[in-house]
Amino acid sequence: MAGSDDARVAEALDRLLTDHPPADTPHQDFWGAQFDAGLAWVQFPEGRGGLGVNPRFQAVVNDAIVDAGGSISNRRNNVLGIGMGAPVLVTHASEEHQDRLLRPMFTCEEIWCQLFSEPGAGSDLAGLATSAVEEDGTWIVNGQKVWTTLAHIAKWGLLVTRTDPDVPKHAGMTYFLLDMEAEGVDVRPLYQITGEAEFNEVYLDDVRIPDEHRIGEVGEGWSVAMTTLSNERVAIGSNIPERGDGMVKHAVAAWQEHGGDDPVARDTLTKFWIEYEAMRLTSIRANANRKAGNPGPEGSTGKLHWADLNKAVTEFGMDVKGAAGMLYPKGYEFTAPEASGTARDESLEQLYLRARANSIEGGTSEIMKNILGERVLGLPGEPRVDKNIPWKDVPRG
Amino acid sequence: MAETDVVIDFTQTDEQQMLRELVSKWLGDRSESERVRELMDTEDGFDTAEWAELAEMGLLALPVPGELGGAGMGWTEVGVVAEEMGRRLLCAPWLSSAVLATAALLHVRGDVADELLGQLAAGERRATLAHRPDHTEVTFDGSTVTGTAGFVVDGVTADVVLLAVDHDGGTALVAVDAADLTATPLPVLDLTRKQAELAFDGAPATVVASDADGVLERAATVGAVVLANESVGGAQQVLETSVQYGRDRKQFGRAIGSYQALKHRMADTLKHVEAAKSAAYHAVRTLDTDDADETLVASAIAVSYCGQVYEQAAGDNIQNHGGIGFTWEHDAHLYFKRAKSSKLLFGSPTTWRAALADHLGF
Repeated sequence: MAGSDDARVAEALDRLLTDHPPADTPHQDFWGAQFDAGLAWVQFPEGRGGLGVNPRFQAVVNDAIVDAGGSISNRRNNVLGIGMGAPVLVTHASEEHQDRLLRPMFTCEEIWCQLFSEPGAGSDLAGLATSAVEEDGTWIVNGQKVWTTLAHIAKWGLLVTRTDPDVPKHAGMTYFLLDMEAEGVDVRPLYQITGEAEFNEVYLDDVRIPDEHRIGEVGEGWSVAMTTLSNERVAIGSNIPERGDGMVKHAVAAWQEHGGDDPVARDTLTKFWIEYEAMRLTSIRANANRKAGNPGPEGSTGKLHWADLNKAVTEFGMDVKGAAGMLYPKGYEFTAPEASGTARDESLEQLYLRARANSIEGGTSEIMKNILGERVLGLPGEPRVDKNIPWKDVPRG
Repeated sequence: MAETDVVIDFTQTDEQQMLRELVSKWLGDRSESERVRELMDTEDGFDTAEWAELAEMGLLALPVPGELGGAGMGWTEVGVVAEEMGRRLLCAPWLSSAVLATAALLHVRGDVADELLGQLAAGERRATLAHRPDHTEVTFDGSTVTGTAGFVVDGVTADVVLLAVDHDGGTALVAVDAADLTATPLPVLDLTRKQAELAFDGAPATVVASDADGVLERAATVGAVVLANESVGGAQQVLETSVQYGRDRKQFGRAIGSYQALKHRMADTLKHVEAAKSAAYHAVRTLDTDDADETLVASAIAVSYCGQVYEQAAGDNIQNHGGIGFTWEHDAHLYFKRAKSSKLLFGSPTTWRAALADHLGF
């Protein structure tokens, strides 16, 4: 069986790369052809961008496309759709929605965002308060979402709401597709400590959502949201940097410009370089094991490791700069950059500030450690004091 | 640096997996905590009957060519075995004879080396290497050696000691029989791995190879990288021990592993152990290539990082256990001591990092 799947993927891949040479085909056209070939999400059913095979083949496909001069940047540029929205749609949405939404998502014709976090619900996502009330087959939504990447250019949002405040928090939520162009949706840039706005706040004021845009049953929003979050790790994908690249590169540059001959700083720098390389090797190992269908804990530790190390190495780099580390030459003029996150090649002082978010965004390091401790190592969970009481009686603030 | 040419391949063969299971099973039968404690209290520190079993299983000569009685495998397979041995703190002169001395002999080859390799493979003799040039002062006059060598692993029990000596403006590798030297056991921090100070007073020395340039660097690199693989085995073991205790031990009405103070520390250990494994696995694979630059880079990464990670994990394991972890009765201190000793055996992490910094032009 596995052998025939191997052959099917290889054949589809071969045909895709022959009929649509990635180096000479416009990205969007290629991604469309990739979707039609069933190589967008190989584990999805045929006709939905997949071949119904083991997801490990996706890494093989992605590597082959990159090797052939193609791009997999859609996975990054529309990460909330391709990485997290797609599994939700294919698991819970109607046939019509799947037919309508998956292909333009994969080609990036329609960008997606995720409306989960709220000012009062960060790590404790299930405590969210945005309300949805049904009136004659239409849902009226009111509330505020925050840290919404790409909301300002998104066509669709993945929205979780509170539909029943009288039951325990996990039981009273419902999941919707939100048309970001609907009336009452107000997207505002959220300026962060760098002065930039990579994220948005989204205010929802009497927004009307038709019942056919509900995903899953009323009250089952949490389990639908879990489909999304459990795919977060897969979504991050196999983008492995070159040796010595990334944040450590900036610390090396600072050392070469300002370091002088301090042997302690030299040893510290080397330590950072080593740990970045050990982490990079771990990504390569995780990728290899995933491809071999044998994923292990090495695939789960990267986010935590990277977040901690990015903060430490940029802190060190600023120290190496000495007095110049007190300057921020770029200034704090409010801007909204096109690209998001740490993907951009920025100055050390900008990265120093930006890195503070690495241990907060996409799950705080504290939450990551709970997940590693409980799901990977198998340690017992914390007692939950809010588990069996109605959401409206849970202390918030 | 042409980094794009570097081969990084973590493929595990079925053969390696079978080897891992074989060693793990044998260790499960043989290297229980009680047995480790029994052996560490003896002067020799190992059991000759177990040594014969290791020879029988072919574990003394994995990277030695088949025509010399070895298994004709590579250092990658040695790394697999070392990792399993590190999990169980095996007490045996394996690192000294099957790794250090074997690496030196494989580096020089020739009739004398090959004969000795055959004897080591068969378990008929055990060898060690004076691997610390900073603690070795020996002169060679063409037929005898005089001087001292410190921190020689298993120096008391080895049948033959290999020395790298200045000779004819170059380096020669010579062998001295145990009967012709004085070995004084060192009062070691880690009782599970014996070391000795050796004295040579006009001791007859057989020339194994008169042209042995680079032998010590090669053997020490192999030894240190194999030891890094042993260390990740130990680090994995102490992490698992801590996790088990976190599930079993109850305080304030809860399993202590449910407290974030402990859970988060173990998650941090996991993160480092996984990265250390990657470093160790890659480094041991470079030993089977001809890429000298990558071997230098990968070994400096693995040796310095794995040493640091093991010490941290073993120390945290004591803390995770609270009072019981500080008792002689509990095994936590055995791993902690093995970790510290391993971190220093081939030079401190700082030394390895300095070599890497030179190479990278920092």
